[in-house]
Amino acid sequence: MHLALFFIFGGLAVLFALNLLLQRHPINSALSLVVVMMSLAVLYWSLGAEFLAAAQIIVYSGAVMVLFVFVIMLLNAGEEEHTRGSKVAAIAGLPGAAAIFCVLSFVFLSEGHKLGLSHLGGSLDEATSNISQISSLLFTDLLLPFEVTSILILVAILGAVVLAKKER
Amino acid sequence: MVPISYYLVLAAILFSLGIAAYLVKRNVITIFISIELMLNAVNLTFIAFAHQWNKLNGQIFVFFVMVVAAAEAAVGLAIIIALFRSRQTLNVDQVNLLKG
Repeated sequence: MHLALFFIFGGLAVLFALNLLLQRHPINSALSLVVVMMSLAVLYWSLGAEFLAAAQIIVYSGAVMVLFVFVIMLLNAGEEEHTRGSKVAAIAGLPGAAAIFCVLSFVFLSEGHKLGLSHLGGSLDEATSNISQISSLLFTDLLLPFEVTSILILVAILGAVVLAKKER
Repeated sequence: MVPISYYLVLAAILFSLGIAAYLVKRNVITIFISIELMLNAVNLTFIAFAHQWNKLNGQIFVFFVMVVAAAEAAVGLAIIIALFRSRQTLNVDQVNLLKG
């Protein structure tokens, strides 16, 4: 069942990532990325990361992608036209991406027997849930980085407001 | 029982598709979307290794990557709006003020 789950949602993610690459209209690319993120959330859950699966759906496909879709509709982005620069990038870029994929998958598959198997669901500790483990780690050992991220978000909000403000 | 290497190969596929989209696309919003795809592929790698080593550090790292990605999306989209206001285009080939 775990293998079937992996192949269904992994295949869905790859299919819609390809669709992202092939579509000409930005709104189609953004909506394909939502499907990729949803299927990745299922894969996170199958690896025992329940909190991150929920955060993936709420933060990524909920908040970030809605922001993307808003901006695409606000700027009324149409179909992209192909230019001379994009042909050069297509000739040089696609083999480069294929080479990176070949190197990575060769390393992963040749060392695969050392990595072992994954078990469906949380394998860390059956007694406590994933979210309480993460929160206890986050609010004890990693309290300072956690608080620093709140400053980061504050700076990002201020930066976004200043950048998007109309100039006079 | 799925080998961990399958998850890593899936992440490699998604990452290379993100690179290809980043290089081929000419619309600045689509380029930004492909960066998000690459970030998600790396997150999958972190979670697969966290599962394999039975440690939570990888999941904490993904949490921080999500926070940084959300902040980056807000600032990046504000920059795109400012760019569109001054140049009236989203095509990166027409934004060549710094090109010699």
